Amino acid sequence: MNGLFRQRRDRLLTYQAMREGKLTPSRRIACPACGAESTALDWNRNYQVCPKCGHHNPVEAYYRLSMILDPGSFQELEEKLSPADPLEFPGYPQKLKALEEDTGLRDAAVAAVGMVEDHKAVFVVLDSRFLMGSMGTAVGEKVTRAAEYAEKRKLPLVIFAASGGARMQEGIFSLMQMAKTAAAIRHFQDRGGLYISCLTHPTTGGVTASFASLGDIMLAEPGALIGFAGPRVIEQTIGEKLPEGFQRSEYLLDHGFLDQIVPRDQWRSVLGRLLALHEKGGRA
Amino acid sequence: MSKYSPEEKVKIARNPGRPGTADFIDALFTDFFEQRGDRLSREDGSILGGIARFHGRPVTVIGHRKGKNLEENLRCNFGMPGPEGYRKAQRLMKQAEKFGRPIITFVDTPGAYPGKEAEERGQGEAIAQCLALMSSLTVPVIAVVTGEGGSGGALALAVANRVLMLEHAVYSVLSPEGFASILWKDSSRSGEACEVMKLTAQDLRRGGIVQGVLREPEGGAHNDWQATFRTVDAALRKELAGLDKLKGPALAQQRYQMFRAMGQGLPPAGKEEP
Repeated sequence: MNGLFRQRRDRLLTYQAMREGKLTPSRRIACPACGAESTALDWNRNYQVCPKCGHHNPVEAYYRLSMILDPGSFQELEEKLSPADPLEFPGYPQKLKALEEDTGLRDAAVAAVGMVEDHKAVFVVLDSRFLMGSMGTAVGEKVTRAAEYAEKRKLPLVIFAASGGARMQEGIFSLMQMAKTAAAIRHFQDRGGLYISCLTHPTTGGVTASFASLGDIMLAEPGALIGFAGPRVIEQTIGEKLPEGFQRSEYLLDHGFLDQIVPRDQWRSVLGRLLALHEKGGRA
Repeated sequence: MSKYSPEEKVKIARNPGRPGTADFIDALFTDFFEQRGDRLSREDGSILGGIARFHGRPVTVIGHRKGKNLEENLRCNFGMPGPEGYRKAQRLMKQAEKFGRPIITFVDTPGAYPGKEAEERGQGEAIAQCLALMSSLTVPVIAVVTGEGGSGGALALAVANRVLMLEHAVYSVLSPEGFASILWKDSSRSGEACEVMKLTAQDLRRGGIVQGVLREPEGGAHNDWQATFRTVDAALRKELAGLDKLKGPALAQQRYQMFRAMGQGLPPAGKEEP
C-alpha cells in the first residue's frame, strides 16, 4: 500500500516540476561527482541522486519535505519569520532581498509540522541555496521556536541540517544562536522530547557545533561533508593534504559520531520507523 | 567613546603581556587544585581547570590557557583547544554541579583548533555538548572574557548567567582575519573587518551580549596586573553575591532566558497556529 502511494507521489513530484518549467525531461545533466550524464527526468525520479554513481546532489528545503511527508500533511510553521540586520552590515539587506526573490525563502530554514507514515512530528530543513544555509538570528530563532513548539505539543523534532555554519553578516548575534539553539534542544530533550538530527551536505562550523550534533539519534546522507572546521582551513593550518573521504559521512560513522547513514530514497521509511518506535513523542 | 579603534583593541586583546587564566587563578583564588584529563583519551593543556577557593568558598574555575613562552605556547597549543579540552571542561562543570560549586570561567582563545585529529575526535560535537550542558547547569556560572573571545571555541566556556568583558577584550563570531577571508576572500582586510564586526566590549554591552564591562588600567591590562586583578575580583564578588539569591533551577532558567532573548527582536513574530 505504502509502495503504491510512494510511486504516485513520486510521479506527482516529477509532473509538478515539469509543469513549473523546472524540468525539461530530456535535458542531459552531468553528475558533479562522476561526470556521467543522465536525463533530467532520471535525476528527478531518483530524488537528485546520480543514477550512475549514487552521488547525492543538494536539494531544496520544500522538495526535501515533500519527499518525506505524507501527502497533504504539510503545515508550515513560522513562515513569516524574517531575518534581521543587527550589525547593519553593508549590502546585507540587499543581498537578503535578492535571495528571497531568487529562492522564495525568507531565510535559510523552513519549519513545518507534518506526518511521516501517520506519525506526527515537527520538522526543520535548512536550504543551502540561501547563503550556504548559514545560521543567523532568523535560522536560530526558527530552530528554537520549532523546538519549543515540539516541546509544548509533545511531538518529536526532526532537523535536516545543511549549512556553512554561523552567518558572518550577523556577527556575534550569529554566534549566540549556537548557544540559543543548543539550549533549546537540551531543554526539549530534558523534558523527554525525541530529537532526530539528519546531516546533509554540507554541515559545518557553528551548526555542527550546536544543534546539529545534539540528536538523540544521529543520521546522515551518504557522502555529506560534516565537520567543525572546513577542509581548506585545516589544510592551511596543518600544512598537509587531507586524505580522501575525510569528514565525510562514512568517516564520521567509522569514528562513532553517527548511528546510521541513510540514502535519500530511504529517509521516509527510516524516519517512519523511528517515530513509530517512539510513540507519544518519545515519552514512555 | 573609547580612544582605541576596534582594530587597536584587537591588538591589545592579543598582547601576550596580558594576564591569562593561570595568572587570574594565582591572584584571585587560593587552594587551587588542578584537574586534568577528559577521562576518555587525553589531557588538553589549552584548557586549565580545577577546584579552588574564591574568598574562602569552593568554586570550579576553568579557562583557556595560551602559555607565556614558546615552550608553554606549544604545550597549550596557543590556547586552541581540541575536543578533549571541551570534554574536560564538561567533566569539571558536571562535578561542580554535583557538589554545588559556582563555576567561574576565563575566556581567551583565538578559537577551537582546526586540526585533523580535532575533527576526527568530534570537535563540533564536543563544543555543542558544552553549550547544551552549560545552558542547563543549576549552579551559578560567571564568564569573564579576558582577551580574545574567538568563535565557538570561546562560546563553549561562556554560556553563563553573567558574561563580563575586560574593557579592551574582544569577542566575535570568527577572528577578523577569518571573517575577511570568508566574506571578501582576503584576510589582509582584517582591519576593515574589525570595524564592521562590532567585537568590542562596548559594542557587545550595547547589543546585550555581555552584561558588564570591566575597566582596564591605562593602555591595557598588561600595564598593571594588580589593578586588573582588583577589578575582576570585585566584579566576580558582586556578581556571585547577586546570583546567590537565585536557587538551582532558577539559575538555569535565568541563563536560558538570557540567551533565548538574543536575536529575538525579529519582525514579525509569526503567531499562526496550525
